[in-house]
This record gives sequence, C-alpha cells and structure tokens, in this order.
Amino acid sequence: MLELWHGYVWPFLWIVIKIFLLLLPLLLAVAYLTYAERRIIGAMQLRKGPNVVGWFGLLQPIADALKLLTKEIVIPSGASPVVFLLAPMVTFSLAMVAWAVIPVDAGLVISDINVGILYLFAISSLGVYGVVMAGWASNSRYAFLGAMRSAAQMVSYEVSIGFIMITVLMTAGTLNLSELVLAQSEPLFGFLPGWYLIPHFPMFIVFFISVLAETNRHPFDLPEAESELVAGFMTEYSSMPFALFFLGEYANMIMMSAVVTILFLGGWLPPYDISPFNYLPGFVWFSIKIAFCLFLFIWVRATFPRYRYDQLMRLGWKIFLPFSLFWLILTAFIIVYK
Amino acid sequence: MIFASIIFYLFSIVAVVGALNVILQRNPVHSVLWLILTFFNSAGLFVLLGAEFIAMVLVVVYVGAVAVLFLFVVMMLDINTTIMREGFLKYLPIASIILLVFLIELITVFIGAYSGEDIFVLTREPIPDPLIVTNTESIGNILYTDYIYLFQSAGVVLLVAMIGAIVLTHRRRPGMKRQNISKQIDRSPKDTLEIIKVDTGKGIT
Repeated sequence: MLELWHGYVWPFLWIVIKIFLLLLPLLLAVAYLTYAERRIIGAMQLRKGPNVVGWFGLLQPIADALKLLTKEIVIPSGASPVVFLLAPMVTFSLAMVAWAVIPVDAGLVISDINVGILYLFAISSLGVYGVVMAGWASNSRYAFLGAMRSAAQMVSYEVSIGFIMITVLMTAGTLNLSELVLAQSEPLFGFLPGWYLIPHFPMFIVFFISVLAETNRHPFDLPEAESELVAGFMTEYSSMPFALFFLGEYANMIMMSAVVTILFLGGWLPPYDISPFNYLPGFVWFSIKIAFCLFLFIWVRATFPRYRYDQLMRLGWKIFLPFSLFWLILTAFIIVYK
Repeated sequence: MIFASIIFYLFSIVAVVGALNVILQRNPVHSVLWLILTFFNSAGLFVLLGAEFIAMVLVVVYVGAVAVLFLFVVMMLDINTTIMREGFLKYLPIASIILLVFLIELITVFIGAYSGEDIFVLTREPIPDPLIVTNTESIGNILYTDYIYLFQSAGVVLLVAMIGAIVLTHRRRPGMKRQNISKQIDRSPKDTLEIIKVDTGKGIT
C-alpha cells in the first residue's frame, strides 16, 4: 500500500498540485488582463474604463464571467454541435497546455523536456484548429470567411516564427527552454545583459509582430474585423463557449508573451546579477517581463489601425519570411566562422 | 512500470479508434478531424518510445501543416459521399489485395517478434545512447553526415515540386488592381495635388 502511494499515487498527485499552482495564477491573470486592457486603453483614449464594480472596477472581470455563465448557449441550426462546442475548448486548452514546458524560474517547470522549443512551436501551430473548426461548424458565411482568413494568416506568420525560433536555438545551442534561458546569462561585452534581445534585436521586432498576427490581435485582427465580418469565426457563439474563445485569446497572449520573454528577454534572469536586481526572485522578473510584453500588445491595439488583408499577407510572405531567412543564414555564418 | 503501459494503451486505443473513424465517418470534415486525433496519439506513442524529436516534428508537420491544408480542401470542396461510395465494388478486389499484403507483413513481423528470432537487432540498440546524446542531436549527426546527399536531393525534389505547383496554378488575371507599395510611398503631394487659386465669383473652367 505504502509502495503504491510512494510509487504512483504521490508522484501523480504532485504533478496535479504543480499544475494547479501554475494554472490558478494564470487564470486569474487572464481574467485581470481583460480588465487591464480596458483600463489601459481607457487611459490612452482619455476615458475611465470600467470603474464601477468594486474598488476601481476590480470586480469587473468576475461580474463579466458571471454574466456570461448565466446566459443561454445557442447552437445554430445546421451546425455540427460536437465540433461547434469542441472548438472553443481546443482554443482554450491549447493556451493552457503550452505552459507545461515554460520555466517560470530556475527549476520551476512542470516538465523540463529536451525539445521544449519544438513543443511550443507544435502547440502554437495547433491554434488554427480552434478557429477553423469554429468557422466550419457554425454553418454561417461570416464565420466561415473569418475562419478561412484567420487560418491563412496564422499559417503564414508561423513560418517566420519558426525561422526565428531556429535562429535563437542555434545561438543558444539547445532546444531545452531552461538551458536556453541560462545561455542568456553571460553578459554581452562584459556590461550589457546577455539577453538575445540585443544581438537579435531585428528578429525581436519581427517575432513580436508575427506573434500579434498569430494571436489574431490588433492590428491584425482580420478574423474578427467587425466592419466586414461581424465577429468572424466567433459570430455564432454565445455564453460560455464565447467566453472560452475570449479567454483563450487572452491566455494565448500571455503564453506568447512568455515565449517572447524566454527567447529574447532572458526568462527569469534579472538584467544584471548584482545586488538591487537579484533581490527579486526569478519568477517576479519573469512576471514583470511578461507584463511588459502584454502592455506592448495593448499599446499596439490602441495605436494602429487594422491592416487590409492583402497587406497582411504581403508583410508576412514578402518581408518577414525573406528577412528572417536571411537573418538565420547570417547567424549560422557567424556561429560557424567566428 | 504500470503507468507507462496504461498511457501506452490509452494512446494506442484512441489512435486505433480514431483511424477507424477516419474511414467510417460520413462527413469528410469529421474524418479529417479524427485523422488529426490519430496523428496526435501517434505522436504520444513516439514520446513513449523516447523519440521526442520525431513526435514533435510529427505534430508540427502533419498536424500543424498537412492536416490544415487537408481540412481546407475538404471544407472548400462540396464532396458528395454517396457518389464516392458508388465505386466501392469496383475497387474492392484491388483494395483487398493491398490489405492482404499489409496483413501478411504485419503477421510476419509479429511472428518474428514473439518467436525470439533476432529481426530487431537494429532497433534494439539505438547507436548513440539516448542518455548521452539527445535524439535531436543524433538525428542531426546522421542526417548531415552519412545521408547528406539523400537529404539534399529530397530538398531539391520538394523545391521542384513547389515551383511546379506555382507555375501550374499561377496566372496573371487582367483587370485586377494591385497595390504597389513602393510606388505608393514614393508619391509626393507635388505629383498628385495641384493648388489652384480660385477667383471669387468666377470659379474654374
């Protein structure tokens, strides 16, 4: 009995506990990211944003969640019900599943696998299914067109994301995310932080823009361009399935910010390993960097107008793809001949 | 380890059920979705074998790219399943021959595996020990040294196929308005605007 407990039950329970410890703050962060977005955009547009429910409107996300929970789930006639309900679940769970390999601090990771970066790439390339399934299962023209657009968009930008990930992993010489972060700990020229942000700065910009497109955020939110497609692939969704899509989008933003942080901003590492900086524990640094990336997401949303579809495709295929390919070859050259 | 075998059976049962559903579903889109599930579970089986690189590449390439295109095509084409089923009897003989061949192959493999004969010599010892070299590294070591010519020629074949597909399908449609970005950026107010001083009461002719 004791053997069973120590051999199987306890390790299993321990994994479940770790998952909860990661997911609970994450879900809370997702809920409050929606609040933060509304407040920040409000401030940028000289409005107040939600400020009525609770202190400073802090209970707004909870009120929204309760409102959505109590509404009716409408399944359109002619829809394929199973696929229709599966789509939001896929979107949401993919954003959660990716966190399995993300190291929050030195050693603080659920599964420290050797192919972490490939796993992240694989998971992010699956995001398109939630959208396509939703668009097809809704049996609606708007939803279908939105899904087609978004699928093409996500597939296009994934290519340059892949190339940039290869560039970074070549520089670090490892596919393991913890080792990737540690590879950034060596200061550059002795005084700059060793983050890949500095040597790969153009790629950081390209990666961030590609991430905006990959998560269907502004200014690339064509799948849900209100003026053309009502709400794109989400048109037919109501109540909890809609909430899952909505939360999935925000969870994806946080996940992609974490990826940006690990690849370019040195993960949990402080900028300098000296006294005022290393008082803060690693996961605090990690959260600060993620918060910074999320702020960029929101800032971009408040600043830029939406791209037209052909411009979006041109940017992805004709500018980002050749540029990231060039940078990849350049990096390879420098690594081999330095 | 009980845990690993439970997971193995979970993955393989779902994979087999998924594969069956691919051919049993009436709706082709549902078939593709089941196919994706099957791919996924095969990736899981690869992870259990310790081949994590192949598992991830399977997900990236097959699920992330090939199946997306599949799904696109199947969704766009309005496939009528009753017409597809009409040729069933016509293709039955040749299909059963192929089935028989695969079945015999499988049976020989299984007999070999259980009779203790050494037909798995190659698979028993992966040459670089997976505990020392990660399997990404060992695949890279083999692919870029011993098999470099084959690897490169596979690349060339794919490139030719891609160019061929583009040449066959690409055509310039007349009368389509296309935005020329550099031209547009080069424009200045001088080229397009003319400021005219209009005399009061006269207008412009």
